[in-house]
Amino acid sequence: MTDPILNIHNLTKRFGGNTAVSGINLQVMPRETLAIIGPNGAGKTTFYNMVSGRMQPTEGTVELNGHDITGLKPHKISRMGVSRSFQINNIFPEMTVRQNVEVALSAFHGYSRKLFNLASGNRKVQEEADELLNRLSIGELSSQRAGIISYGDKRLLEIAVVLATRPKLVLLDEPTAGMTPEETRRVTKLIRSLADSGDYTFLITEHDMGVVFDLADRILVMHRGESLAVGTVEEVKNNPDVKKAYLGEDEDDEDGEKEAAV
Amino acid sequence: MKSAILLGALVLTVILLIALPWVVPYFYIFIGTEILIMGLFAASFNLVFGYTGMLSFGHAAFFGIGTYATAMLLLHLQWPLLACLLVSMGMGALLALVIGFLSVRLNEVYFAMLTLAFGMMVFSIAHMWRSVTNGSDGIAGFTLGAFGLGIDLTLGNPAVYYHVVLAIVIVASLVLYLICRSSFGLILQAIRQNAERVSFCGLNIRLYRLAAFTISGAFAGLAGGMMAPFLRVASPEMMHWSTSAEPVLMSILGGTGYFLGPYVGSALFVLLETWITSVTQAWMLFLGIVLALMVMFFRRGILGTFLDWWLDKK
Ligand SMILES: Nc1ncnc2c1ncn2[C@@H]1O[C@H](COP(=O)(O)OP(=O)(O)OP(=O)(O)O)[C@@H](O)[C@H]1O
Ligand SMILES: [Mg+2]
Repeated sequence: MTDPILNIHNLTKRFGGNTAVSGINLQVMPRETLAIIGPNGAGKTTFYNMVSGRMQPTEGTVELNGHDITGLKPHKISRMGVSRSFQINNIFPEMTVRQNVEVALSAFHGYSRKLFNLASGNRKVQEEADELLNRLSIGELSSQRAGIISYGDKRLLEIAVVLATRPKLVLLDEPTAGMTPEETRRVTKLIRSLADSGDYTFLITEHDMGVVFDLADRILVMHRGESLAVGTVEEVKNNPDVKKAYLGEDEDDEDGEKEAAV
Repeated sequence: MKSAILLGALVLTVILLIALPWVVPYFYIFIGTEILIMGLFAASFNLVFGYTGMLSFGHAAFFGIGTYATAMLLLHLQWPLLACLLVSMGMGALLALVIGFLSVRLNEVYFAMLTLAFGMMVFSIAHMWRSVTNGSDGIAGFTLGAFGLGIDLTLGNPAVYYHVVLAIVIVASLVLYLICRSSFGLILQAIRQNAERVSFCGLNIRLYRLAAFTISGAFAGLAGGMMAPFLRVASPEMMHWSTSAEPVLMSILGGTGYFLGPYVGSALFVLLETWITSVTQAWMLFLGIVLALMVMFFRRGILGTFLDWWLDKK
């Protein structure tokens, strides 16, 4: 059996008296796609914040490929192959779309330490940026200012920036939130193809159950900071705790569950 | 088309600047020299402020240490000016490295306060360490020797010194401009717009902020060094916190969003100061009014507002 890429033990975060994440244990295998679901305030984003180094856990450990990364700074964790997106758009608004990606590419390739190259003359970075943007179907926007493109395109740009540092483990925080159904389909298809390429391990938080069932190999259900269930889509759907606490008490309403926007 | 016009305007400006000593009254040679030196000082400050997004209120320390370094080397060792200026740059960088190391971990207003506090400390040291700095009298009485590189110049002649300053400011500005346009410069701008996103791209933003601060200190030190032969004295006032405010005001006047904004701001500042103080004592009142109007109606500065409008047109 292969070793997990991510091994989380008893991960806990308390804000004063409020326990946002409580004793999560989780193993994520390389190349799998794990969806994290749970109602608002369940602790999904806080969980990401601890894995990506944005917040220090109150308790517990995070291991990446067997290395303890608990409490490391975000840039260190990023350098180890972990990249994340944010629930709220997090881009460089005054730069062009292409420059947004170039920032991440320059960081990854080490050009960021070059004081006397011409950033806009770096062919390698430009071509790589264009390639990424085309892959996300926003190539034609590359010279637009990032602050003025549509909300959905900003979400796509953010994914491009996330992928630019060639991560092994990608944490996406509600990638389709606020998107039109068409954009959601586009992003879902994209993540599907990236997952199928076998280059990435994905963690995805989502409220859209259609997207979750479409993409996830396994699902982690969070509820009030706790891990309620982990398992395949079928296992989670049939888990009585989940039914009770999350998908609604009415056990007969099988079809209704699937549609429930949680 | 527009970039050709801009380049043309820039070349024309440089030609006019070169010709200046022959076409303006003698007095304006001094004004021109001051504008150039303060312009470089403001541009060095703007690397930290306009590009990286850190408001430093202690830049007079780097400027002033540059003035002291050149003044003392001229007084005690009679070094060629170019060598003195290189030391001024190094001293500015070194002091910025130390102060930056302690300050860049803080954000926004705390960073501003900390740089202000360190600036005040440096001022006090210059004021009180009489055996080295000669206290409030400052370092004076030095003579100007050679320029360096075997170039024979009469530095004591204001027109010659103006041209020396012009040449140095142009070279230094080109270097600074290249840094702004480099990949490193792109990262600095990214840090201003969204520091957190940059750290999640794998960069230690403190290190980049410190690097920007140190480079900025080097150029501020160089500008300060050129002040010594110009003023014929290095005194603690150069390190006073009110001197730290000047590059801030100049950058805002000219516009922080364009590389040349601070130079335009320096010209406006120095000219307005000269003209207004010649007719009234109330220079600060007028400066206050101009600044208030700028911040209320032309937040992008004179050059910034103009270029934004002009580049947007058609
Ligand atoms: N920085 C913080 N300080 C204090 N409390 C916080 C902080 N961040 C999150 N919380 C609290 O932690 C709990 C979990 O929040 P979190 O944002 O992780 O939930 P979530 O599952 O991502 O919710 P959503 O679906 O709305 O994004 C909430 O009660 C929230 O108020
Ligand atoms: Mg969230």
